[in-house]
Amino acid sequence: MASDLMPGLLESGDPARSSGYSGPPPRMGFFTDTSVCIGCKACEVACKEWNHVPEDGLNFTGMSYDNTGGLGADTWRHVAFIEQRVVPAGGSAARAGVRWLMSSDVCKHCTHAACLDVCPTGSLFRTEFGTVVVQEDICNGCGYCIPACPYGVIDQRKGDGRAWKCTLCYDRLSVGVEPACAKTCPTDSIQFGPLDELRERAQRRVTQLHEAGVTDARLYGEDPSDGVGGGGAFFLLLDEPEVYGLPPDPVVTTRDLPAMYRAVAAAAAALASAVALAFLGAGR
Amino acid sequence: MSGVTRQGVQGVRPGREAVSGVQMGAKKRPERRAGRRDGEQPVVGEATFQSYYGKPIINKPVWESPDIPGYLFLGGTAGASSVVAALAQVTGRPSLGRAAKVTSTVTAALSGFALVHDLGRPGRFLNMLRAFKPTSPMSMGSWLLGAYAPLSAAASFSALTGRLPRVGSAATAGAAALGPGVATYTAALISNTAVPAWHEGYRYMPFVFAASACSSAAGMGLVAARPAETGPVRVLGIGAAALEGLLMRRMRRSMGVAGEAFQESHEAHRFEIGAAALSVAGIALAALGRRSRVASAAGGASMVAGSALERFAIFEAGMASAENPRYTVVPQRTRLEQR
Ligand code: SF4
Repeated sequence: MASDLMPGLLESGDPARSSGYSGPPPRMGFFTDTSVCIGCKACEVACKEWNHVPEDGLNFTGMSYDNTGGLGADTWRHVAFIEQRVVPAGGSAARAGVRWLMSSDVCKHCTHAACLDVCPTGSLFRTEFGTVVVQEDICNGCGYCIPACPYGVIDQRKGDGRAWKCTLCYDRLSVGVEPACAKTCPTDSIQFGPLDELRERAQRRVTQLHEAGVTDARLYGEDPSDGVGGGGAFFLLLDEPEVYGLPPDPVVTTRDLPAMYRAVAAAAAALASAVALAFLGAGR
Repeated sequence: MSGVTRQGVQGVRPGREAVSGVQMGAKKRPERRAGRRDGEQPVVGEATFQSYYGKPIINKPVWESPDIPGYLFLGGTAGASSVVAALAQVTGRPSLGRAAKVTSTVTAALSGFALVHDLGRPGRFLNMLRAFKPTSPMSMGSWLLGAYAPLSAAASFSALTGRLPRVGSAATAGAAALGPGVATYTAALISNTAVPAWHEGYRYMPFVFAASACSSAAGMGLVAARPAETGPVRVLGIGAAALEGLLMRRMRRSMGVAGEAFQESHEAHRFEIGAAALSVAGIALAALGRRSRVASAAGGASMVAGSALERFAIFEAGMASAENPRYTVVPQRTRLEQR
């Protein structure tokens, strides 16, 4: 149903191919391994510098070392800082320490991207690399993509009116250079490459950490069978996703769109019948 | 420091292979509680959940009130009025027909204005017709409105001037054919988002909108048409206003955790109470005030206002559910745990 009503909707596999590119380059993405993130925010800075993202306030948020708060129109990489009180195995509360989680968040470049599906102008589009990019010369600021994104990534720029988000450095990719954030990351917490390769590497990394006793390590967003068909950017986390401000089980809203249209059709028919009945009932 | 010696490379840092977090060993699960800010008290049935400093997961819509709830209401009134207009015309009720046609044209124009006014770049509103995208209810709606508004305007023109009666009839029929879609597609538009209190209501939302549209269109008929011709809209208004409240309750109950946003948001709660009160008043006045033009008109106006407040309630509940991570995290976590 979904696919015959709306071609491309919920098709699996290579998003560039299902968007009509013939023989596209391999799908590129990010693997953000938060276990080696040191919270230096070089990615945030590099992103702003390269993409001319305006300053959006250096605020004291009271949220550990976080002063950008979350992803938005003017924050395309956001480093989250979480301080947790932890007690070592078998230890007493007196020996409690602090575990400091840091994680650099970014647009997931979803396989089934809600922002792209709902964009009425065609401003949001799928690139040949399988990424999702806004064409700012077309965006009319309708704002539909903003509440459509299940991760809270894309947002409207104040005083500009248009929607902005990570482009996975489309300009750099086009000339074979890796995105600014990955380039600058001093610990390789942000890794860029063909998605297939990244997925394999991530799997090995989880195994390695599990063997070393870091049983909390888990991948987030790498599974092509999840609600968004897997992210082009995925993560290795050390706690539940919601601790980092990520949705635990995101689903692309357009998955339910065929059912919504059916409900609309039924309601429209009901409306017409109700009015007709009222006229019939009232007679002359 | 790392360096190259005769024995080979020494002291190389592990880089991305570094194993961190081992010393802590198996850690106790963090307390399952909400990271709420400003000591806000949880509402009914609080399930424990974790969050990032209580920050929302999704980005709140940038749509503004009264533009967007107004647009939902005006579009609904327009669409249903076109159906009323066509039936009034074929059953020989010229005054009701005229009133409904003019209502539909004026509300359609105002809804278009509200929509363009809410754009971040209003000058680029024509870009809406740059693509035809079935995956975007806003795109489909733009095309629908683009076809509907001129038909409604042509119908009004003919009804008011008495010119081009054939064209007027055809336009009336055309507007009536598109009207039900115009009145209900907006339900898919707002449901097709990650906003919990909108998305979770997608099965009922179009029916709530249909009832609300009928009630406001009928209300306008009661206000503006000659009393002798208002029989059908009186029946329609009474039925629709009653159904609107019932459907709204059904929708809220069907939404699980997200339905609680209708209570948690003070605005939504107040709008809903206002809508219910106005609907009851509208029903009573329309039913009892059959003989009095003033009572009927007051009843009609109450129905219109009640219908409008219903849209504002839905709008505000959605905003509240987007702002609180609970509405996003709890249902998703529950879903994962049941898997
Ligand atoms: S994470 Fe959000 S903004 Fe990025 S592609 Fe997915 S839906 Fe679009």
